Amino acid sequence: MLKDITLGQYFPGDTPVHRLDPRTKLLLTVFYIIALFTVGSWGGYALCIAALGAVMTVSHIRPGALLRGLKPLVFIIVFTAALNLFFTTGDDYLFRWRSIKISYAGLERAAAMVLRILLLVSGTFLLTYTTSPLAITDGLERLLSPLKKLHVPVYELSLMMCIALRFIPLLIEETDRIMSAQKARGADLETGTLPERARALMPLLIPLFVSSFRRADELALAMECRCYNGGEGRTRMKQLHMAGRDAVAFCLGGALMAGILLLRRLGI
Amino acid sequence: MDPVIRVENVTYSYPDSDRPALDGVTLDVARGSFVAVLGSNGSGKSTFAKHLNAILLPAAGRVLVDELDTAKEDDLLAIRRRVGMVFQNPDNQIVANVVEDDVAFAPENMGVEPAEIRRRVDGALKQVGMYDFRLHAPHLLSGGQKQRVAIAGVLAMEPEVLVLDEPTAMLDPKGRREVVSTVEALCRDRGITVILITHHMDEAARADRVIVMDRGRVALDGTPAEVFPQADRLRALDLTVPETTDLILRLNAAGMALPTGALTVEACAAAIGEALA
Amino acid sequence: MKNIEVRGLTHVYSRGTPFEKTAIDSLDLAIQAGMTVGLIGHTGSGKSTLISHLNALLKPTAGTVLLDGEDIFASKAAIRAARFRVGVVFQYPEYQLFEETVFADIAYGPKNLKLDKSEIDRRVRQAAAFVGLDEGYFDRSPLELSGGQKRRTAIAGVLAMEPELLVLDEPTAGLDPAGRADLLEKLFAWKRARNATVLLVTHDMTIAGLCDRLVVMEAGRIVLDGTPAEVFAQSGKLLSIGLDLPPAAHIARLLREKGLDVPAGIYTEDQLYEAVLALWQGKGGVPC
Repeated sequence: MLKDITLGQYFPGDTPVHRLDPRTKLLLTVFYIIALFTVGSWGGYALCIAALGAVMTVSHIRPGALLRGLKPLVFIIVFTAALNLFFTTGDDYLFRWRSIKISYAGLERAAAMVLRILLLVSGTFLLTYTTSPLAITDGLERLLSPLKKLHVPVYELSLMMCIALRFIPLLIEETDRIMSAQKARGADLETGTLPERARALMPLLIPLFVSSFRRADELALAMECRCYNGGEGRTRMKQLHMAGRDAVAFCLGGALMAGILLLRRLGI
Repeated sequence: MDPVIRVENVTYSYPDSDRPALDGVTLDVARGSFVAVLGSNGSGKSTFAKHLNAILLPAAGRVLVDELDTAKEDDLLAIRRRVGMVFQNPDNQIVANVVEDDVAFAPENMGVEPAEIRRRVDGALKQVGMYDFRLHAPHLLSGGQKQRVAIAGVLAMEPEVLVLDEPTAMLDPKGRREVVSTVEALCRDRGITVILITHHMDEAARADRVIVMDRGRVALDGTPAEVFPQADRLRALDLTVPETTDLILRLNAAGMALPTGALTVEACAAAIGEALA
Repeated sequence: MKNIEVRGLTHVYSRGTPFEKTAIDSLDLAIQAGMTVGLIGHTGSGKSTLISHLNALLKPTAGTVLLDGEDIFASKAAIRAARFRVGVVFQYPEYQLFEETVFADIAYGPKNLKLDKSEIDRRVRQAAAFVGLDEGYFDRSPLELSGGQKRRTAIAGVLAMEPELLVLDEPTAGLDPAGRADLLEKLFAWKRARNATVLLVTHDMTIAGLCDRLVVMEAGRIVLDGTPAEVFAQSGKLLSIGLDLPPAAHIARLLREKGLDVPAGIYTEDQLYEAVLALWQGKGGVPC
C-alpha cells in the first residue's frame, strides 16, 4: 500500500546536530558538496567519510537508516559503476574477454564515483534526517531573503513548499482511496498494453485533480479567514538564532575543506 | 442585548443562480451567546455564515461586526480578526505540518510580536485540549483532534466570534462530542460568541438560540425549547425533530403532561421518570 | 443462495516496521444471504480494513474470505470475480466520479464487466431509477451536480454492477436529514427488490436499528453480535467502548436506572412510547 511509504525523512531528536540553526546546516551541506567535488585523493574521501561518521555519531543516526534511504538509488549507483568500469580505457587490464575489458583505471574510477555518490546522498540525507522539513523551508527562506529586494516572492515560495509538504501525505491517502474505489468498480490498473494502462489511469487522475483543486480552493479560503495577506508585515513565532555551536560547526566545516585541499596537494 | 453582530436586511444571489441565496435576512447576535443555525441543504445557512466575516458581501443590506461594516474594505482585516471561521473539512484548513506552527499562522499574518504569538499559540492549544500534541504532524491526528487544531488556529487571533460551518459533518460520534464540547466550553467559560451551523439536532439542542433557515430566510428563531416542539413546522422545512421531543409530544398527545422543553436524553428521561414516580 | 464467510482473518499493516499495527485480529464472521447486517465500531476499530477484504482489495495477513464456500483469494480470476460479486460503496463515494457524463460514470463498472451495450444501458437506467436520479441528468457532467446528486450517481455506479453483496460505508455521511432519510429508504428498496445481502457500516445508531443483525467491532475483534434488540440491551458495554446508543435505548436505560420497569431490548421510539404509556396507564393514567 502507498501508505506504507515513509515520507518526510525527519527523525526528531535533541542532539547538537538537531539543535543547529537550519541555515548553518544548509550552508554546511552546500560546503560539503563542494568539498566532495574538490576531493582529489583517496585520503580526501577518507576524511569525508570520517566527517560523515562523526556527524552520524553526534546526531544518533544509525547507518541502517542511511542504507535504507539509499535503497532506491541502487540502480543509479550500479549504472554509474558499470559505466565507469567498462568504458574507462587504461593501460593495464584486469580482465579481458572479447570486447569486454576492465582496466585498473576503470576500477579506480568506478570506485571513486560510487563513493562520491554515496557520500553526496548520505550527506544530504543527514540534513533531512536531522532537520524538520519546516525548518529547512524556514532556513531557505531566510537565506534567500536578500532576493526579496529583487522582488522575488521568497515568502510565498517557502509557504508553497510548506503547504506541499503538508499535503503530500493527504494526497497519497487520497490516491489510495480513489484507487480502492475504482478497483471496487472493476478497474484493472495492472494488466494491458501501455496505452491501455495509461487510459486506465484516467479514473484515478481525474478525481485526484478535482479533489486537489477543491482542496486548494478551501485552503485558500481558510487562509484568507486567518488574515493571510501575503508576506508583507508578517512576523514569525520561531526566531532563528545563530549560537556558539553554529560558529563551531562552521569552523569544523572550514577545517574539513582545508584538510581536503591539503591532502589533494600532498596527493595522499 | 449587546449585539456583536448585526445583520440588516441582507440579500445575496450567486452569479449563476436565479433564486437569491439570502433573501432579506435581519437578525442580531448577542455577545457571548451560543447560536445554532439549522436548515436543509440550499437553505442559505453557509451563505449566511460567509457574510459574517466578509468572505461574501451583501448585494443589499449590511452586516455589522462590532459596528464595523463588512463592506468597507479598510476594515477587512479587523473584521476577519474578530470573526474566526472554521470549516467542514479539517484537512483543508491546516496550513503547516506541525500543529503549533499551524496555530501560529494567523497571528504571524497579523504581525504580532513573536513572544506574544507563543503565548497565544500555547493558550489556544490548551483551550482546545491539544497542547500535548503541539509538536505532532496534523495528518496523524484523528478527525476530532484535527478540527480542534483548526479551532485553535482561529482562537490564536483572539476573536470575538467563532463561526463554525458544519464542523462535525465529517467526524465520527467521538470526534463530534470532542468538538461540540470544546466549542461549548469556549462560549461558557471564555465568553466567545459561537455561531454553529449544523445538521445535527442534538448539537443544536445545546445552544442558547436556534435559528432555522429556509430558502434564504429565517423561518424559525428562538430557544431550543421553543423551536423543537414545533414538529410539523420543522418537518415541513425538511428537518427532523429530535427523537426526545417527538416522544414527549406523542406521549402528551396520548394524555400525559410532560414538559416539551426536555431536549437531551437526560432531561427527557428525568421528565418521564418524574411523571411515572 | 450466496453466503459470505470470513475465517480467522488477520491483517497487519506495515509489518516489520516500527509502525506495525494489527487492524483485525483472527476475526470470524458469517453473513447469511438476504440479511441486512449493520457493522458498528468507532474509527480505528478495524471496520474499514474488514470491508476491504470482502472484495479482495486487501490481502489478509492470515485467514481468508469465502464466497459460497470458495476462497476469493484462490486465484487472480477468483479475486476479479469477487470484485464484481461484492460491491463496495466507500465513504464519500462522490470523490470517485470521473467520466464526462453521469451516464458514462454509472456505466463504468458494467463496462468493466464486459457486458454488451444493451445490458449496460438497461443496468444504468435501472440503477439510476433505484437511487432516484432522473434520466434528465444522464448527459450532464457529474461534477456539476449538487452534493446529494453526486452521492446518488456514485452509488448507482456500484448498484449497476448488480452485486450480490453490497457493502456501504457510511452512505449518508454529510447529508442533511431529509437527504439521509431519502437515500436510506432507496437503498432498502433496492435491497428488497434484488434480494441482495447488505453490510452497512454506520455510526448512526438510529440507522443501525434498521438492520436485521448488528456486529460491533472494537480493536480488530467482534465484541457484540446479535439482533439490534440483543445488542442494544448491552447498553453498558456499548457506552464503555465509547459508542452511542439510539436515543430511545439511552432513555430506556436511564429510566431503568431510576428503577422503572422498562424492558432492556427497547431501541426504537415506538417501543419506548408503548412502554412508557403502559407504565403510565399502570399508574392510573387515562389515555385520551
